[in-house]
Amino acid sequence: MDQIIRDKIKQVKKGDQAAFSDVVEYYQHKIYQHCYRMLGNAHEAEDMAQEAFIRAYVNIDSFDDGRKFSTWLYRIATNLTIDRIRKRKPDFFLDAEIKGTEGLDMYSQLASTYISPSDKVEGIELQRYIHHEISELPPKYRSIIILRYIEEFSLQEISEILDIPLGTVKTRIHRGREALRKRLRHV
Amino acid sequence: MNAHSESIALMHKYLDGDLNKTEEQKLQGHLEDCEDCQAHLRELKRTITLLQSAEHIKAPANFTDKVMNNLPKEKKRMIYKRWVKSHPFIVAAAVFFIFMLGGMFTDWNQDSQLVVSKQENLIIQGDTVIVPEGVVVEGDLLVKNGNLIIEGVIDGDVTIVNGELIESTSLDGEGLMASVGEINGELQTVNRMFDWLWYQIKSFFSGVFSTD
Ligand SMILES: [Zn+2]
Repeated sequence: MDQIIRDKIKQVKKGDQAAFSDVVEYYQHKIYQHCYRMLGNAHEAEDMAQEAFIRAYVNIDSFDDGRKFSTWLYRIATNLTIDRIRKRKPDFFLDAEIKGTEGLDMYSQLASTYISPSDKVEGIELQRYIHHEISELPPKYRSIIILRYIEEFSLQEISEILDIPLGTVKTRIHRGREALRKRLRHV
Repeated sequence: MNAHSESIALMHKYLDGDLNKTEEQKLQGHLEDCEDCQAHLRELKRTITLLQSAEHIKAPANFTDKVMNNLPKEKKRMIYKRWVKSHPFIVAAAVFFIFMLGGMFTDWNQDSQLVVSKQENLIIQGDTVIVPEGVVVEGDLLVKNGNLIIEGVIDGDVTIVNGELIESTSLDGEGLMASVGEINGELQTVNRMFDWLWYQIKSFFSGVFSTD
């Protein structure tokens, strides 16, 4: 798959816009999920994930072919979500109703997004709880926890994605794990 | 750093796969005696398991289309390239016509000299080419900007451009005389620009689609 993506990127660099749709198709769920976990709600997640792909396309010439495209794409998405979190109005809170989904708060929308009716109630509750606790972490820990345990990147890859030293990644993941341990210990 | 916090630091190194042998033994030793730290490690491991059990979320439908519709317009050059790729025949024809138009005017207007595709054993008098009696031209013959008199045999097709086949030899002053020559192929006389063009197109395509 890496080779296919590499070839597609080459085509995109030559100006073949259509080749980019295969790249989006391949990464859409990963990038959307990353934004969703970072931001905690579907509306912002879709906006930012869309924006991440558009920025990747516009800046494709600055992507170094010798590196992993996914690393580069995740970096764009992570930076966008962190920017968005910073720019949020202070009154933004998770239970806020999301535009266009009257009557659904973030939790019920989350449930409808990815939980099938056959799941046990505890399962649904637990998923919501975990999601909520992740989104309560400070963004610099949140991004690392998500990349490590939900998207399963190695610490070295995370250091490349976030462009921070490996030692810093380790310090932050320790703190992130401790913070979550306190929140999830009673579950 | 007290023994507990040192042990907790080691737990995190352990979770990242960074423990060396000495550190591993140190952590083991402390855990055996310390229930608090055992519980702490258990909670950390459970936290990780919970995180890993988080369900995977999919992007909304039409996500890719939305992205594609919002990209800045692609360079014209590439649209053209891709169109070329999916319409090879039309493009070949179009390109051919462009070349033809250029070539045609050159051929037609600038080149009014007599041209004969082969000259062996042929007599050329002014702007008239004569295939003398007894001469066999093997293969096709093209005469441009001149007339052709055939007294011998042409073993192939004859094309006369901007000229004509003179059926009788009136050049020697002996009056009308039936041409005794023969063409063992097709005769084409091309005297107008569009005939010439058509002739070129036909020969182009017969070249393109010939199987040999
Ligand atoms: Zn202890």
